[in-house]
Amino acid sequence: MTPASDTARVDTAAVDTAPVDLVLAIADDNLIVAQRLGELISRSPDLEEDIAIANVSLDHLGQARSLYTRAGEIEGRGRDEDDLALGRDERDFRNAVLVEQPNGDFAQTMVRQFFLDAYQVPFYDALSSSTDESLAGIAAKAVKEARYHLERSSSWVVRLGDGTDESHQRTQAAVDTLWRYTGDLHERPAGGETVVNSGVAPDAEPIASTFDATVRSVLADATLDVPEDPYQRLGGRVGTHTEHLGHLLTEMQWLHRTHPGAQW
Amino acid sequence: MIRPVVDLGELERGLGEIPDPEVPVLTIADLGVLRSVADEGGRIVVTITPTYSGCPAMHHIENRIAEVLDAAEVEGEVRVTFSPAWTTDWISADGRRKLREYGIAPPRTTEVALTIGRRQIACPQCGSTDTETISEFGSTACKALMRCLECREPFDHFKEL
Repeated sequence: MTPASDTARVDTAAVDTAPVDLVLAIADDNLIVAQRLGELISRSPDLEEDIAIANVSLDHLGQARSLYTRAGEIEGRGRDEDDLALGRDERDFRNAVLVEQPNGDFAQTMVRQFFLDAYQVPFYDALSSSTDESLAGIAAKAVKEARYHLERSSSWVVRLGDGTDESHQRTQAAVDTLWRYTGDLHERPAGGETVVNSGVAPDAEPIASTFDATVRSVLADATLDVPEDPYQRLGGRVGTHTEHLGHLLTEMQWLHRTHPGAQW
Repeated sequence: MIRPVVDLGELERGLGEIPDPEVPVLTIADLGVLRSVADEGGRIVVTITPTYSGCPAMHHIENRIAEVLDAAEVEGEVRVTFSPAWTTDWISADGRRKLREYGIAPPRTTEVALTIGRRQIACPQCGSTDTETISEFGSTACKALMRCLECREPFDHFKEL
């Protein structure tokens, strides 16, 4: 084989996997945050929040399932939602590093959720015009859920930030801790440009500016400061995760991996 | 091969009577979950759409539809579609009445909800609009938990979506 044909073969592979990676990135954001929220079931501060957190988790899980199914169809290798959710290793996950961060206290859980919601609303809104009709349909449905999630998480951020001294201090600490992981939301897996150019995925820039406007406005209402440190920990979209994802996957995947194909 | 003639209208009525497992006063026809029943070259295709992406009732509803098709000796399949996205505006007038009688404040039209916001939900017990939200999520994803400040009764509100 000549070097030239070798290069051509690699290029083709890159084009083929880009749409799959993009859909996996969206699906992984949802699955990982669903798992994190699921950890709080029966451990929330009160019964109402326990139920609310479980329901938000369920919305994310539902979105993840549809997206995995679609990713499997595009990939065409016969992998289903279980294979993709439970059969891939840490380095194969394309979620933003934000969603794998631990729950921490209630403020940290709510701030993480708020950052994700503020991103998902404009992202899904734009994705609902995707040239991939299945993705457009999933997004049109998901954006309604994301809007409701954003209403809830932003009202919690305001209530906590503009609450007692203790709640203010804890919520500011959560913002300071999580801010460096928000930039990763707007990153794309390798080959992202080709997916945007083909109209499958929306351009990241307008979504990032809507995210920024939402975050600044809600944090201002909440009397919270936007961190000035420009450092952003990126890499989730290409599989370079923080230490937390591996532990989460171990707990989430062990049953499926120990008993492949197990049924209730 | 001669296949039996299927009365699609009758089949659709029968399928439409399947109750929603989480809000059993409503049928899947009341909810607008049942989208269509069509004959595609001798194969009956029943199309349904979930209320929420993660609605855990969908699998149950699919099984019930398969049972109804089996009972009618009809060869068919269930298709789940996300598009167009389900909206509470598809809940029938009869469905809204049944919800109120059951003690769940029915959704207003999404247009009204967008204009005047999420507040001002009438208590299904006493009709007062002096109510407050306890939690954005009630016993299921589609409901919020509210309290009437007039009669003090807590109640579920079927959220506009």
